[in-house]
Amino acid sequence: MSCQLTPDNILYDNGLFRVVNDLAGMVLPCWLSYVIAGLVIMLILVNGVLLGAAAVTWMERRLLGRFQNRVGPNRWGPFGLLQPLADLAKLITKEDLIPDGADRIAFTLVPIAMMLPLLLMTAVIPFARNTALANLNVGVLFLLAVSSVSTLAIFMAGWSSNNRYAMFGAARAVAVLISYEVPVVLSLLGVVMVAGTMSLMGIVEAQSVIFLLVQPLAMFVFMAGMSAELNRTPFDLAEAESEIIAGYHTEYSGAKFALIQAAEFGGVLVVSGIIATLFLGGWAGPLPDYLGWLWFLLKTMVVVFLFIWIRATYPRLRIDQIMAFSWKFLLPLSLVNLLAVSLEVFFLRSEEGVLSTGDLWIMAAINIPVGLACIALFGNSIRQKVVVGVAQPATRVVPGVPTIEVR
Amino acid sequence: MYGLEMAKGLLVTLKNFTKKPFTVQYPEQRVRQHPRFRGEEFSWYEERCTGCASCAKYCPLGIIKIVTSPSETAPQQGDKYRLEVFDIELQRCMFCGLCVEACPYDALFMGSGFEQGKYSRKDMVIHIDQLREAEKRPSTWFRPQLESANYEPGRGRPLGWQEVGRESWRWHQREKAGLRLTEPPDNRAASPEEAP
Repeated sequence: MSCQLTPDNILYDNGLFRVVNDLAGMVLPCWLSYVIAGLVIMLILVNGVLLGAAAVTWMERRLLGRFQNRVGPNRWGPFGLLQPLADLAKLITKEDLIPDGADRIAFTLVPIAMMLPLLLMTAVIPFARNTALANLNVGVLFLLAVSSVSTLAIFMAGWSSNNRYAMFGAARAVAVLISYEVPVVLSLLGVVMVAGTMSLMGIVEAQSVIFLLVQPLAMFVFMAGMSAELNRTPFDLAEAESEIIAGYHTEYSGAKFALIQAAEFGGVLVVSGIIATLFLGGWAGPLPDYLGWLWFLLKTMVVVFLFIWIRATYPRLRIDQIMAFSWKFLLPLSLVNLLAVSLEVFFLRSEEGVLSTGDLWIMAAINIPVGLACIALFGNSIRQKVVVGVAQPATRVVPGVPTIEVR
Repeated sequence: MYGLEMAKGLLVTLKNFTKKPFTVQYPEQRVRQHPRFRGEEFSWYEERCTGCASCAKYCPLGIIKIVTSPSETAPQQGDKYRLEVFDIELQRCMFCGLCVEACPYDALFMGSGFEQGKYSRKDMVIHIDQLREAEKRPSTWFRPQLESANYEPGRGRPLGWQEVGRESWRWHQREKAGLRLTEPPDNRAASPEEAP
């Protein structure tokens, strides 16, 4: 039978998919073997992401506990490892409420729509050499396009809940996400320019010097922008507990809430994986190639720890501060990074347009001081000026409005 | 510089990350309980109690109920009433300790327990049998004789009725004997060398 995959198929590089497809193709019709191989990969990926999300919730709670001199959940299982299971059992047994006047279809679709971009994003992340689900040649573009879908899901949640707090949260989330999309895209442009490819596998292979050193500004901007897109502290005003009850997921309960939480923490995991791939060298490391997944996992966990560390440190920003941070700070930084990288690539590249390892080290030596100087320089533009002086009582009298004189 | 304070903030949290947690894992680990802790499970010594019901009178909430009757066997033991009912309704008790202050014979003590969660209100009433059978670890609150003996109810042994009095129990016995009307007077001078 000729069910073998041809090299022009985007799934050709995926070894597991090819093996399952070829084995099943010996007894089954071609289309069926293709579907079965796809289902096997989907099963592994979906369960991997969900288990990873559970692990991230556990990690987040334990580490936050340690950051606050507490212990964190430790009663259920060794080191509290089974705590996510207990949470899940609790949430699934809760009543699944749909409020009066809610748009039932949109309301029910939201958890799925939040989970969807997450699972799609895992498709292009290479776990080891030639072990991504699909080696898309427009991988970075795919990531950016797909990750924007979560904005839609959040707005669906806010709109369909028929709850003003949910609407507030959704409006805030959309405002934040749209303004943070710009610096994130611009920072990735620098990465793509140096790597010379949009395929994530290609980017990993291009990192003979990890891009954290080559363009620290891009990493900084991408990480800040992504933590804003994930609605994490210090950018979590879309679900600010102290202001608007829980933001866009105020009305969600039971299994739907569990899925939304899983999407949120799974988002941390997937974004950490993307950062590890784009800036920390992905699976490349001192270990042999068949242990690349271990190296990748380690780097991902380091980034997850970084996210949790940031969450444990900074308080929530106001909406105007968040907007100022995006437009006055991150956007200029990403533009400077883009300018510096494009000039360096223009002058350093060889005749064929290839950058050598030495060129990357030169770029690192230029970009690190430039990055620090830019952070110091543009930081001043968002600094809050404290005016020292004596407060004057209001003198303007509005007719008809009683004034209270403060002495 | 703007970014410097942010980095300093990260260092502060990292420093706290490396510290040992303050948490005391309660059921397994316990903090040292203060000896004057006023807890549930009043420690009541029937042998010392005369049934005077001072505690019931002084209770600001009126939650102590005492029923006594003149005892047949009491004259052999002292001028005692037989206690039939001694109910403390803990659901309204505020552990002010006035009943303990009022007790003239050091028969009632605050307890040292605090793990008396109950599922129904009926269970919140302590009856006389529970008071009799309870393990007696009296709190040293308002009992200087226990405090000067450095008694720690949280970890010490349970105390018997002879050990908890303000005076030696022999003196107490003799003092009560002096009030006995049915006893012959020569019994009073049984042990004059034990006078305080």
